[in-house]
Amino acid sequence: MGVIIAKSVNEACAVLAENPATTVLAGGTDLMVQANRGAHSLESVLDLSRIPELKKWTLQDGEILLGAGVSYTDLAETQLAELIPALAQAARTVGSPQIRNAGTIGGNLATASPAGDTIPVLVAMDAILQLKSSTDNREVPITEFVTGVKTNVLKSGEIIESIRIPVFEGPQEFLKVGTRNAMVISVVSLALVTDYLEKKLRVGVGSVSPVPFRATAAEEFISQEFDWEDKGHLSEKIINKFSELVANSIKPIDDHRGTADYRKHAVGVLAKRALERVCVSERS
Amino acid sequence: MTSETYTLSVNGNNYQVVDGHPSESLLWVLRERLELSGSKNACEEGECGSCTVLVDGKILCSCLILAETAVGREITTIEGLGSDAEISDVQKAFVDAGAVQCGFCTPGLIVTIEHLLKEDPNPDELTVREAISGNLCRCTGYGRILEAVRIASKNLTLQSKEEENQ
Amino acid sequence: MSGLQTVDTGTKGPRIGENAIRPDGIPKVKGEFIFSNDLRHPDMLWGGTLRSPHPSARIISVNTASALKMTGVYAVLTNEDLDGMPLYGLEHPDQPVLADGIVRYQGEPIAIVAADHPENVRLALEAIDVEYELIKPLSDSKLAQETEAIHPDGNLIREIDLIYGKSQGEGEITVEGTYEVGMQDQAPLGTESGMAVPSEDGGIDLFVSTQWLHADRDQVAACLNLPTEKVRLTLAGVGGAFGAREDISLHVHLCLLAMRTGKPIKMSYSRTESFHGHVHRHPAQMWYRHHAKSDGTLTRIEARLLLDGGAYASTSSAVLANATCFAAGPYRVPNVEIHGAVVRTNNPPCGAMRGFGCVQVCFAHEAQMDKLANALGMDPVELRLKNALRPGDQIITGQTITGTAPVAEVIETCAQHPSSVGSASKQMELPGGAGRTADPKNIVRGEAIAVGFKNLMFSEGFDDFSTASCQLLDGVATITCACAEVGQGFVTLAQQIAREILGVEEVILAPASTATVGSAGSTSASRQTWMSGGAVKSACEEVRIRLLSRIAESHELDVESLVMVDGGVASLSSDFFIDLKEATSEPIEVEEVYRHIPTFPLNENGQGDAHVSFAFSAHRAVVDVDQELGLVKVVELITSQDVGRVLNPLQLQGQLEGGAAQGLGLAVLEEINVVDGRILNPSFTDYLLPTALDMPPVEIAALIEQPEPNAPFGAKGVGEPPAISSTAAIASAVRNATGLELQRVPIRPTDIVFPEKIDND
Repeated sequence: MGVIIAKSVNEACAVLAENPATTVLAGGTDLMVQANRGAHSLESVLDLSRIPELKKWTLQDGEILLGAGVSYTDLAETQLAELIPALAQAARTVGSPQIRNAGTIGGNLATASPAGDTIPVLVAMDAILQLKSSTDNREVPITEFVTGVKTNVLKSGEIIESIRIPVFEGPQEFLKVGTRNAMVISVVSLALVTDYLEKKLRVGVGSVSPVPFRATAAEEFISQEFDWEDKGHLSEKIINKFSELVANSIKPIDDHRGTADYRKHAVGVLAKRALERVCVSERS
Repeated sequence: MTSETYTLSVNGNNYQVVDGHPSESLLWVLRERLELSGSKNACEEGECGSCTVLVDGKILCSCLILAETAVGREITTIEGLGSDAEISDVQKAFVDAGAVQCGFCTPGLIVTIEHLLKEDPNPDELTVREAISGNLCRCTGYGRILEAVRIASKNLTLQSKEEENQ
Repeated sequence: MSGLQTVDTGTKGPRIGENAIRPDGIPKVKGEFIFSNDLRHPDMLWGGTLRSPHPSARIISVNTASALKMTGVYAVLTNEDLDGMPLYGLEHPDQPVLADGIVRYQGEPIAIVAADHPENVRLALEAIDVEYELIKPLSDSKLAQETEAIHPDGNLIREIDLIYGKSQGEGEITVEGTYEVGMQDQAPLGTESGMAVPSEDGGIDLFVSTQWLHADRDQVAACLNLPTEKVRLTLAGVGGAFGAREDISLHVHLCLLAMRTGKPIKMSYSRTESFHGHVHRHPAQMWYRHHAKSDGTLTRIEARLLLDGGAYASTSSAVLANATCFAAGPYRVPNVEIHGAVVRTNNPPCGAMRGFGCVQVCFAHEAQMDKLANALGMDPVELRLKNALRPGDQIITGQTITGTAPVAEVIETCAQHPSSVGSASKQMELPGGAGRTADPKNIVRGEAIAVGFKNLMFSEGFDDFSTASCQLLDGVATITCACAEVGQGFVTLAQQIAREILGVEEVILAPASTATVGSAGSTSASRQTWMSGGAVKSACEEVRIRLLSRIAESHELDVESLVMVDGGVASLSSDFFIDLKEATSEPIEVEEVYRHIPTFPLNENGQGDAHVSFAFSAHRAVVDVDQELGLVKVVELITSQDVGRVLNPLQLQGQLEGGAAQGLGLAVLEEINVVDGRILNPSFTDYLLPTALDMPPVEIAALIEQPEPNAPFGAKGVGEPPAISSTAAIASAVRNATGLELQRVPIRPTDIVFPEKIDND
């Protein structure tokens, strides 16, 4: 069958319906690494990278509808960076400029690596994925989309078409620990999103679990304690308690990138710093 | 093995690939089929930038591009920079600044930097470092490379001033 | 002597001491320079290697029948197909060309395949059926000498007991420390690659990336059972080396496949295969005890060094010698007792990497000097200056330093150089970079200095030499030298030397080949400027002598009055002038072999005049540390180095900057993680080289130019020192920032966040 370069979402879905064994290719930054190692034979490939609809995004009713083909570069640099800053910050930490030009948010989600940089942010934001096949459209919340290490609920013939992301009012932070200053896989990461409207703080944690992680206990605590009038000025005691709650809620593993102890400790530090940053005291 | 036939536009020329294998990367096709071995294969996993090319004006790792998906795109490799008559300002600056030691990272770096200076003719040091953060160099420690960018940027700025005045 | 007066030859081309464009610079920036990975031949087949996934196993059977039947496969070879010497090794042949009934490290080659497409090679390799019986790997170097031998040569590769001087009383203060250095990889960007072309005379032409053409040829010839004249190695473009290419890797494999198939064979390792396919830096465990008087004078140093050589010997013996000889650092110590050992394990084999044993001990001895300074309440720079070696001093092998030793100048200039960095303000400049993990208030800054030294050239009585020939014809000089250009810029220097001595403009460099010239020795040990520079210099000088004699004779002039000038030869005592092109219409060709002064083995107490010359360097590192997360950013590196004489300022700067980057890598980023003999991170995803965002500017405080007697042009080699004191300085700076002991490099975030004491056992 070779390589088919789809021109539209419908065409893509039709190809997959006819030949479910086809490998789906977006930016190639995960797939091609495997292919170059000989670990993935690419006898039939469906290239999504030229479908215009997938590269677009719209803002409507306080929600962004983000095409799955939007690249990390576009997430980091365009108007999107103002609307969903934590996602832009996360995108900017991915790989290198070359990788960011190629890689897409849809690819990050489909690969479903525990270290996927956009995932903790989307988790914190309660993003909803729109999946499409030639016979069906369905929506799946991010927390239900990734079910294990590199495992997702995409059915045969389905692609990720877009992601619905609410636009929140309030500061957002994304912090990622890696041992080099560029091109690093995350040892641990944290996304903190403030929602002034609903008076909630939302916390997503990355690289600490096989499935996306929301620190709900910590969120409940801090959403209560946060001074929604003043939008800041938390005591050290409360910040530390929040940090502890986040750290204690995760059960990370040891691997060659970091130990469980380190990850727990680091998440606590990230939580503390992210919270300090969203406290408005020094913000203009 | 399926056999693929397709045409790629590289450096303004059309190249036909026959008997291609579907899993061949653009890097592999450039080097082994089109005999454009200027782009290098230091890692083939997108971690070193030695295979950097321009595709429709964006810098990408050619090792991560499935060759056949590059059909219909404008590809520029190191071989397409400068002209037959003379090397580009960036290439010259690299030689003059001592920024070339073994030279393996050089083509990818030059493609990245040419692109950077088109977008931002006068970048500050941190901007340059971030722009080349995806290009590893094992020999130079980046010092002379940054100097080469300074020299090229200065020359390009002088040239555009001259052009303005004309 | 005639013609050797230092008269300005007047050539317009760059000469010694000036910057010169590299002759391969333009091809490299155009992407036209042919690296060994780029070699191509219309009839070529691709080769590949089947490697053991296990660090230690008996091979019960190898079944190649299926592989042989596969599409496009031309040959599948195992050790049963070997005709010549089945073992190779740079110092001692102990390493199988292809595994023979046993594998001793993860990645050990077992079989090789030739096919018409790399994909078919890969499929054929997968089809080779190997039955293993796993053996528990010996992975703890501390147990190697108590464990059953994993190799017929035993588990102890070498042991040195160095005793210098006599104990003169213990001294008032002692400080003790245990230190570890992890396994670093050279990681040159060009992977192992090359092409072998069978020739009609039954011999073979091998085009390959290497550091030492003739040593490779000799090993390959022995393994192929061919006379050396039938094995012709030509240097293909080299994408960096740093020690990874001093041993052979794919050389014999390429030739075996070429000879079996009768076709040219190309191989190019993937990055993962490259990590498994070459030697690494020796991991080291070191214990030290320093004794000093209360005024800081060192009185005694005791040390125990244990290097992990991995499965095969490579250059472990010489690495241990270096580590031991330079273990005390560039200081006067009246009494030293060191026990050093390098052992065999089922870990990946270790060998040459820039710094060669001195990197490891420098990390330890500088940590000790800081500890001592702290215990004495003394400034760390003052302590070092107080004990710094001087010309005429003995080093701990009893050898007197007869050359230059500007240790104090190196230390002082480095220490006094003003820093040019303020506090980091942009997030991208803080530790953690794009990860945005830190704010300025989370950062602590530290600063420290470290000093190191090393031998230049080979030691212990090794008969080291280099060969070069110079031909002068029609006013053009052609230099033939088998010095492997790996990026360091010898090719530029060779041209500068020829211009300096002969006044020529055009200098052609003939391809480096074993067929056309004798050995130039290894591109390692910071030796090529001295040795091959010396050979080129000698050859050019002899050409000049002969040229002037010839002119004197044919024009009946006094040869003493003739000198090289711009474009020709002139007489100092008349207005005679002859154009160089005219004067050399008949060629003059000379081949010279250059040797350094003899060295001698170390005796049973590690004493002897084992080294030719020494080079000293100092680094001062400024680091920012995010102590809560354990992240480090090296903000500034300042360095001074003892260089003898600057021959090419830009190329020298390139060595200082590049070496410091590798030192930084070892300090905070780079480690091959080995667990039970397995490499966990054989890829650039997890073996982290410094990027442009990790590397600070390298500020050169001073290049100390005290011409080295006996060295051509007085110049010392400069390649290794920058990789030696840089690691130690950065580690010390992180200690300064955090107050932690930090006994190990690379410093990982957990080492700062959860410091654990490493005990001496």
